[in-house]
Amino acid sequence: MDKRYLDTEGLPFCKGCSHHLIARAADKALAKLGIDPLDVVIVTDIGCHGIIDKRFSTHTVHGLHGRSIALAMGISASLNDPRKKVLVFIGDGGTTIGINHLIGAAHRNIDMTVVVHNNMLYGMTGGQRSDLTPGAFRTRSPIEGFTEKPLDVLRIARDSGAAWACRIAAHGDISDAIVEAMRAPGFALLEVLEICPSYGVKENRELKVTEMEEKLGLPLEKHVNEHPATADVAPRAGVRSLLEGLAPIPVRHGHSLEGPLTIMISGSAGEGVQSAADIFVTAAISCGLEATKKSAYPVTVGVGFSTAVVTVSPARIEFTGVRKIDWALASSADGMQYLSKHIEGMGGGTVMADASNAPPATAAAVKSADFRGAVPPKEVNLLMLFTLLEMSGIFPPEAFADAIAGTKLGARIDPQRLIEAAKVIGSTIG
Amino acid sequence: MTEAQRTAETRTAGKVLIDGSMLIIEALARAGADVFVGYPITPANLLYSYGARRFPISLAAPDEISTLQWMSGYSAAGRIPVTATSFPGYALMVESINMAYMMELPMVIVLAQRLGPATGTATMGAQGDLLLMQGTLSGGYPLPTLCISGMEDCWTISAEAVRMAVRLRTPVVLLTSKDGVMTLRSFDASSLPPIEPVAHDLYAGEAPYRSYEPKDDLVPWYLPVGNGRHQVRLTASTHDRGGILQNATPEALGNTRRLPEKIERNIGEFAFYELDEQEDAKTLIVSYGITAPAAREAKDLVRERGGAVSLLVMKTLLPVPPAYWTIIERYRRIVIAEENLQGSLRAVLFGQAPREDVAQVNAIGRFVTPEEIAGEVLGRG
Repeated sequence: MDKRYLDTEGLPFCKGCSHHLIARAADKALAKLGIDPLDVVIVTDIGCHGIIDKRFSTHTVHGLHGRSIALAMGISASLNDPRKKVLVFIGDGGTTIGINHLIGAAHRNIDMTVVVHNNMLYGMTGGQRSDLTPGAFRTRSPIEGFTEKPLDVLRIARDSGAAWACRIAAHGDISDAIVEAMRAPGFALLEVLEICPSYGVKENRELKVTEMEEKLGLPLEKHVNEHPATADVAPRAGVRSLLEGLAPIPVRHGHSLEGPLTIMISGSAGEGVQSAADIFVTAAISCGLEATKKSAYPVTVGVGFSTAVVTVSPARIEFTGVRKIDWALASSADGMQYLSKHIEGMGGGTVMADASNAPPATAAAVKSADFRGAVPPKEVNLLMLFTLLEMSGIFPPEAFADAIAGTKLGARIDPQRLIEAAKVIGSTIG
Repeated sequence: MTEAQRTAETRTAGKVLIDGSMLIIEALARAGADVFVGYPITPANLLYSYGARRFPISLAAPDEISTLQWMSGYSAAGRIPVTATSFPGYALMVESINMAYMMELPMVIVLAQRLGPATGTATMGAQGDLLLMQGTLSGGYPLPTLCISGMEDCWTISAEAVRMAVRLRTPVVLLTSKDGVMTLRSFDASSLPPIEPVAHDLYAGEAPYRSYEPKDDLVPWYLPVGNGRHQVRLTASTHDRGGILQNATPEALGNTRRLPEKIERNIGEFAFYELDEQEDAKTLIVSYGITAPAAREAKDLVRERGGAVSLLVMKTLLPVPPAYWTIIERYRRIVIAEENLQGSLRAVLFGQAPREDVAQVNAIGRFVTPEEIAGEVLGRG
């Protein structure tokens, strides 16, 4: 046999361990495939099977307990080349620990061959049961928490979407099974039933490897998926700079601000608080101002309050915390509820509220009007910001109108109508 | 630089409205990172969505351990992967980060801090994870940790994180916080310096490649698994220079000793900080990350009020660059400002022992304010 792949001298396994058989079969399978050793990456895991990698002349990667399939997923996806073969050796313990990785790789049908060395227990740590240990298999550990039925990784792999899955006993020459697995188009899982000679044989003296199917209820079966769904992991061509679509905002207007000004605007989710604030900030930049904007809303974004905190300043804004609120705008009951504690704490400034919701006692000047009666709900926050501009004169409303026109809202909202409405309200409450 | 990048830079001349996440992802990609492995976690979601758009390869991982393992696989096979997370996700990645460190796999983990412990408040910023960075690696080895302290840093420090990861063959954590990645700001993108992509130091020798044979700078040459020239062996377990698992042979222990030495010896190349010293100042404000803007304003406040103070904003946090000690030694009093209760940077720099010459300004659930820092400086300065 060609020995280009495996140095069989002094394999590191216990006498009688079927890991010998699997390692030699893998060697033979690679020879049958005629593949260059440097086109193979063997990924191993923690467990006795994992110490074989130093004997292989392929690339070898020795990772964490239970994680070899996930590690191999990254390698296989990165190589993304059917000529390169990724071969994973994992134990039943590692499979138990990382069962989600097996499901994930099978689900995406990532190209790799996983050989599960199922010797029915954690051999390196003293013979503890794994989730792949059948109830009928006796171990030294009296630990509880298992059922009679082990995890059937074969069916898990099959049902998750693997191209190929097969269970065999560690008996005779299993190299053809490995060859078949490695030729499968995508994720292939080969579960090999073994009995650990150090921790399994004494407790199961009557059991032979060839009887495991019958006595342990582990059917030696094969599932071939002729049409597996495979995740596309190929690099995308033509990705573009994120900055490419980010047009600089030309300065077309002036402003009258001499220092920073902070506005909190709060309303109901779905009524355009965030977009209104974004556009307002864009308008401020078009007036030569510096600006920052933060958001706050519940994790269920479609309900309850939605708040934006905007600071505009003629100078660079370094610290983005709120020192004082100059304007608090509450466009709905949700908004007022959120802003109440802030409004109570205001030592000056202005509270602008829809007339339907009275603000709490505050040292700020309170300006209430029927904003919601003047425009549809989705425009009420824009109207309040136009009214703020009307009352404060910090920058021209035309800058805000221009900014609206530059967004999708521009097609369905007439800013002039909002400017006129703001003038009427402003003259009433200002 | 590609034609598209040049065009993009031209078009963005002037102020734009942008968040830090976009700058971070763009800078990472321009620096050569080419894989984004992500999963949704607040406040790193913008990084996730930009990463999905910007990187040639972007994958949604099912969980945090898978994320780091996939990244490790990509890194082993020649790519430069990135993820973005927050404490709950990072905590689950810790063992795999140890693996990547041991295997010497370049990658960048952007950690957007949020208020903890546990799930805490996902939408509230914090600086609570520095000691976790310091303790991530079993053995107390230094995990390179850079920190973003402003919009410009989103660009420059992110690019340096990629360069550091590749140059030193190591995972690098890029620390930021909710405000650093989510706040929209006016920003002059035309002032951004160009970023040159980094490349692996590829082994070009004819002799068999040994994955952990160090160069003079203690960093091993790199070759990807799957290459057709030389066998590559990588292992997370204690190993010799060839990548063969060894229990505790002198060569293997020597290799383990090399891992921190590799970082520490080369940290001078990656010592990023901002220093504003005032003549006659006896107090030094030290800060980082989202408290750095407050510290900058505090420095101005103190000076406006006639006080003398200097400011050190640390952008390389771990390992602590020796240059910091030289600076710190020049001052009688150190005021450390950070958004946590216990004083993580203080503990990194000075341990837990009480010291008359070290003061702390801390907060949780809100920013530390410039006035608080200035008050601490002036109150006892």
